Amino acid sequence: MVENVRELLRAHEGLKREVYLDIENSSFVPADVLEAMLPYFNKRAYGNPTLTHKPGWEAYETIMESARKIAGYLGCKSPEEINFTPGETEANNLALLGVALRMRDRGRKIVISEIEPLSIIHVAEMLTKSGFSVVKVPVDNEGFVDLERLRECVDSETILASFSMVNHEIGTVQPIKEIVEIVKDKNPNAIVHTDASDAYGKVPFKPREIGVDMATISSYKILGPRGVGSLYVRDGVNVERILEGQIGTQKLWPGVENTPLIVGFAKASELMFEKFEVNVHHMRGLRDKLIEGIMNTIPDVKLNGPWGDKRAPDNVNLSFLRCEGEALTIELSLNGVYVSSGSACTRRLLQPSHVLIAIGRRFEEAHGSILMKVTRVHTEEDIDYVLEVLPKAVERLRGITGSMVMG
Amino acid sequence: MSRIPLPYSQKILELFRNPKNLGRMEDATVSAVAGNPQCGDMITFYLKINDQDVIEKVTFESYGCAANIATSSILTEKAKGLRLEDAWKIGWKSLSDELGGLPAIKFHCGILAVGALRRAIRAYYKMRGQKPSWLPEELTFEEKQALEEEELAKILAKKMRLIGEGGKNV
Repeated sequence: MVENVRELLRAHEGLKREVYLDIENSSFVPADVLEAMLPYFNKRAYGNPTLTHKPGWEAYETIMESARKIAGYLGCKSPEEINFTPGETEANNLALLGVALRMRDRGRKIVISEIEPLSIIHVAEMLTKSGFSVVKVPVDNEGFVDLERLRECVDSETILASFSMVNHEIGTVQPIKEIVEIVKDKNPNAIVHTDASDAYGKVPFKPREIGVDMATISSYKILGPRGVGSLYVRDGVNVERILEGQIGTQKLWPGVENTPLIVGFAKASELMFEKFEVNVHHMRGLRDKLIEGIMNTIPDVKLNGPWGDKRAPDNVNLSFLRCEGEALTIELSLNGVYVSSGSACTRRLLQPSHVLIAIGRRFEEAHGSILMKVTRVHTEEDIDYVLEVLPKAVERLRGITGSMVMG
Repeated sequence: MSRIPLPYSQKILELFRNPKNLGRMEDATVSAVAGNPQCGDMITFYLKINDQDVIEKVTFESYGCAANIATSSILTEKAKGLRLEDAWKIGWKSLSDELGGLPAIKFHCGILAVGALRRAIRAYYKMRGQKPSWLPEELTFEEKQALEEEELAKILAKKMRLIGEGGKNV
């Protein structure tokens, strides 16, 4: 198997350019972030922040400073509200399981949307085996939560509602403030969580202003390192730990803090927020250039998710009819363009993207979908290169589909 | 979003990049389709058969992943020049072997390709009103699997749409 992969890699030799757009699934760490992290591996602050020596105190100071920085960008009351976790998945698990454990005597109902990431949906479904009930609120064909249905779904039994601020696949920016108001109006005791991983650094977002009790953010989606994220928990909200062990500076997550990753997360946040308007304008420009460039040159393409300001500034999700997505990701890879697909073929369960099906896309539209995200470091030239490669790739694969009639 | 790495072999990659015997055949004696766009896998084989029941020419069209394209391509190469009776005997495992091994999750691509070819062979004899003794009455494993995949996609599509009506307890 590994030998096969080596052969696949050899097939990529001699690429004239490479453009990585699969930020949804992992990202590279730009030099400015990496440089900030490097001293923390072996020069300073490599100690355990709970211990009584210089490297430990350095680590304590560094972690607190990083939390303070991130708390500032989120408008938190104090850095104590920032709980570092190993990533978005862990933060979402902590939010759902932690509230379920804490509040199981108050009620057993959890309300989410149909288009949440799997680290929400699968955890919620797991809880149904322990006596909880889960309700998935439907969305419209652009991915906006049906607020009337939400109002009907929340009741006195509801302990938790979780709705992503920005959808991870189709970039829909939810009216999260309205969602919070509806939930709290129906049940003031219900905890509201949002996975804000795709909002942080891209869409203005202050949990306290919006009124959410908990919010997940992730490092790699803003070009920080993988392996670190955070769960904002508003002061006064009680969440149980879901893992036990040595508790250090992070009261909700045991184990030794990973100082270099936390530094990288804070640095990546700084680079996004210190030039927020510039970055957002840059990403939106590249996003629109990519979407318009593709839709103007390739026939039979559909945009998935909303258009304009209600779409995250970095998100491009398109369905190419008569062209299967996994084949397209490989064809693009062989030409140095790296993207992912909502096709069943790229998934373990051979089911297409649940998000695309929930917004009413047909199976063949989900199979032909491609997800790309642009960042602050991508350039116009990168997009020009994608626009050069993509039409040829789609044309070749459509040629293989040939004259077959697509139902 | 569960994804799996797909360690495709060099042979699969080569046929994905340069498929053999590709395209619609206007003067085909018979053609058959397996799969559908809902499964994300769909293959058509076009066969030109001479009066000795030998496959003179075979081409394909494919909508699907790299494994789907490669298995269809290699099956056309194997079937060309064979008597129908011998083409019938090609099993999906031999396709997988010749491709340097399909990843387990892609076995169904090989099965679907064989199912499509056998459908074409059945269609040919039905068209001629013949029933050779070697042609089994019952559907073979690959043909049944092709049917099952087509049905499964419909059921799954229906199930996911039902969830799509939403607001339901799970």
